[in-house]
Amino acid sequence: MSYLAVALLLWAGSFVAGLLGSLTGLGGGVVVVPLMTLAFGIDLRYAVGASLVSVIATSSGAAAAYVKQGYSNLRVGMFLEIATTLGALAGAYLASYLPTSWIAMIFGLVLLYSAWLSLRSRRATGPAEPDRWATRLRLDGTMPTATGHEAYHVRNVPGGFGLMFVAGVLSGLLGIGSGAVKVLAMDTVMRLPFKVSTTTSNFMIGVTAAASAGVYLSRGYIDPGLAMPVMLGVLPGALLGTHILGGARVGALRAVFATVVAVLGIEMIYNGWTGKL
Amino acid sequence: MSEQFQAGDTRWSEQRVDQFIGNLLRIGVSIAAAVVLVAGIIYLWQHGSQPADNRVFQGEPAELRSVRAVFKTTTHGNTAATVQFGLLLLIATPIARVIFSVYVFARVRDWLYVGITLTVLAILLYSLTGGGLE
Repeated sequence: MSYLAVALLLWAGSFVAGLLGSLTGLGGGVVVVPLMTLAFGIDLRYAVGASLVSVIATSSGAAAAYVKQGYSNLRVGMFLEIATTLGALAGAYLASYLPTSWIAMIFGLVLLYSAWLSLRSRRATGPAEPDRWATRLRLDGTMPTATGHEAYHVRNVPGGFGLMFVAGVLSGLLGIGSGAVKVLAMDTVMRLPFKVSTTTSNFMIGVTAAASAGVYLSRGYIDPGLAMPVMLGVLPGALLGTHILGGARVGALRAVFATVVAVLGIEMIYNGWTGKL
Repeated sequence: MSEQFQAGDTRWSEQRVDQFIGNLLRIGVSIAAAVVLVAGIIYLWQHGSQPADNRVFQGEPAELRSVRAVFKTTTHGNTAATVQFGLLLLIATPIARVIFSVYVFARVRDWLYVGITLTVLAILLYSLTGGGLE
């Protein structure tokens, strides 16, 4: 196949990945890497590099719309970014030492986990009590509601910080945003209101990815010829997805997409296990 | 935006910070995407008919591997480097947001968070300068 054909197919595939990823909340990066490696036979390291770049684009593009709504918590985001950026550096270094077959298998497990998490019904978490660390770090905040601004507390700061390090490692190792793990840390562990955790998480993804991007660049993982069509596909796809999201019913779509993600996960694990990736 | 004037002065300034960060991210992504798009089309024009060979990892050549080298090669009119330069603008966008956050916290004299934000910035710059690799 000529490079032009590959670039056009990659662009189209990335557009669909970005659209479905943002509609279902699973993120575009989780399907871009399997698409590139399984369907196009592109080396996993190039795929991870291209995906990471597109993650920065979608996160910053969507954050532009999110921050203006006033839900994201700048202090929580900034404090936890210490954990995610350190994790991302560690993950990016790990990526250059681990064999690609291992990385493929870890990727597959993360895909299975993300699929499961998106299908599981979300339990409402009760409001949190004031917490010593949260008070000292002034993490508690307010968010806009129909009846004016409502205060909320943050709890289990060390637990959330630790989980954020893990999210950073996965982001740096696999070139994904790890939005699922970030939301888990803020939503379930730190008990932030759902809107606050999703918007703050999206906000942090770009900074986390930028931390591994430097290491990727110097290791030669970022190929302009591949990152270009992927980034230019995922970005408009994801932005279109956030625009549609307003009134769309995504229940059935999410089930279908989660199944696709799970199948891709199994395929990544199989190909990693047999040494094909 | 309607709550801008409802909850007193501190909220208003917070709103303005949010607006500014929102615009910063939007402009950064737009410029980066425009550079990548224009340089990418020229790159496709030049290299479109070549066979695609990305099955085996070779790593990028040295002129596409560091910030300084990409700048230098871009000024020599190399298209691949110009795409890479656009990607670097994209990577710089969240970093610009972190730099602006330092200023925001400094303005309200929140030195704890000036320190936290500078720590994040140091990690980012460490990574972008090669992380002590080269």
